[in-house]
Amino acid sequence: MRRRDHAHLSDEALVILVARSDETALAELYDRTGGIAYGLAYRILRDESLAEDAVQEAFLGLWRTAASFMPERAKASTWLLTLVHRRAVDLVRREQRRRSDPLEEAPEPATESAEDDAWLRLERERVQGALAQLPDQQREAIELAYYGGFTQSELAERLGQPLGTIKSRMFAGLARLRELLDDEAERPSWTFTT
Amino acid sequence: MDVHDLTAAYALDALDPAERGRYEAHVASCDRCREELHGFWQVAGSLARAAGGPAPPASLRGRILEQARDERPNVVPLRRRITFPVVSSAAAVAAVAAIALGLWASSLSSRLGDAEGDLAVLSDPNARTAESKGGEATLVVTPTGEARLVVRKLAPAPEGKDYEIWVVEQGTPRRAGLFEEPGIAVLSRRVEPGQQVLVTLEPDGGVDVPTGAPLITTTST
Repeated sequence: MRRRDHAHLSDEALVILVARSDETALAELYDRTGGIAYGLAYRILRDESLAEDAVQEAFLGLWRTAASFMPERAKASTWLLTLVHRRAVDLVRREQRRRSDPLEEAPEPATESAEDDAWLRLERERVQGALAQLPDQQREAIELAYYGGFTQSELAERLGQPLGTIKSRMFAGLARLRELLDDEAERPSWTFTT
Repeated sequence: MDVHDLTAAYALDALDPAERGRYEAHVASCDRCREELHGFWQVAGSLARAAGGPAPPASLRGRILEQARDERPNVVPLRRRITFPVVSSAAAVAAVAAIALGLWASSLSSRLGDAEGDLAVLSDPNARTAESKGGEATLVVTPTGEARLVVRKLAPAPEGKDYEIWVVEQGTPRRAGLFEEPGIAVLSRRVEPGQQVLVTLEPDGGVDVPTGAPLITTTST
């Protein structure tokens, strides 16, 4: 059994400790979000070693830059996943490892604890339910962009639509998703220092 | 094209690097977009949690912690709430830190008038960085010699004075720009590997030959 000295702390508190170079806090954050982060990176990259790279670089990015974030708007885990996603799409574009079908779903995640498992499964169902309520074209644009790593220009070409149309679909789709998810949405508590 | 329209694409990471830089420069000064972006980031976070995917190999945790331990954390506080993550020369770090660095660095540098240029240099994965001798500043130089000096620990210049940057070319300091307070200073002169970059305190508007002792000394790598 791992020592979990910081198990009682919020993610946001952990980030504050990470900013002070507390390795135990970094380990705890990894235990909480590493699985989700890897699943996300793998879905985009479809390659174990690249997905590991993306997660490793994002966590080390957190280690190096944690002090630049302020607890006002976004959850700490959301910020971390933003770093992972950014890194994964940068890698997938560089590697030109585009899968023929990026919309294909990844395998079910296997997480460490039954509690996490249940929570994640619920969250996944909630988001998939919201995605299913979007018009097909909006859902397609969002999934290709977010899980496929395509840029808006690439999407315009791939889907044979003007760039403006792609932008509108992404915007309308995200705005609708925000409404659909808002009921139980995370309460904002962290932001970037801008 | 209206840069406001890019918020959704930015939140989904669907912009190419040039568009990304342009948007980051914009959002720093646009309350409406920043508000919208925070909302969209939360939606993106939900998409991330719903991604599924296999569990990571058990070895990944140890590797991350080991590398973190090997690194000296290089975040230095800069006045009150503002902090500056020092740019590392490693490509991976630049890419990963781009969000953190970009968003607040562009808000800082927009006051200095060249947010996009600053962002391009600071997030260039091939840029080389060098710490000043006293740790007051970091010099960031792209492969083409374009440079920024990220100044963290320095009092604002007194009334009637400016900080002047010098690039030492074959033993001779050449004027390379002025600044008044900590932040991102633009070098007006290209910097070659091995060249020294100095900062002195000079009369307003600067001088042709440095009169003061160097307050910051860095050597380009």
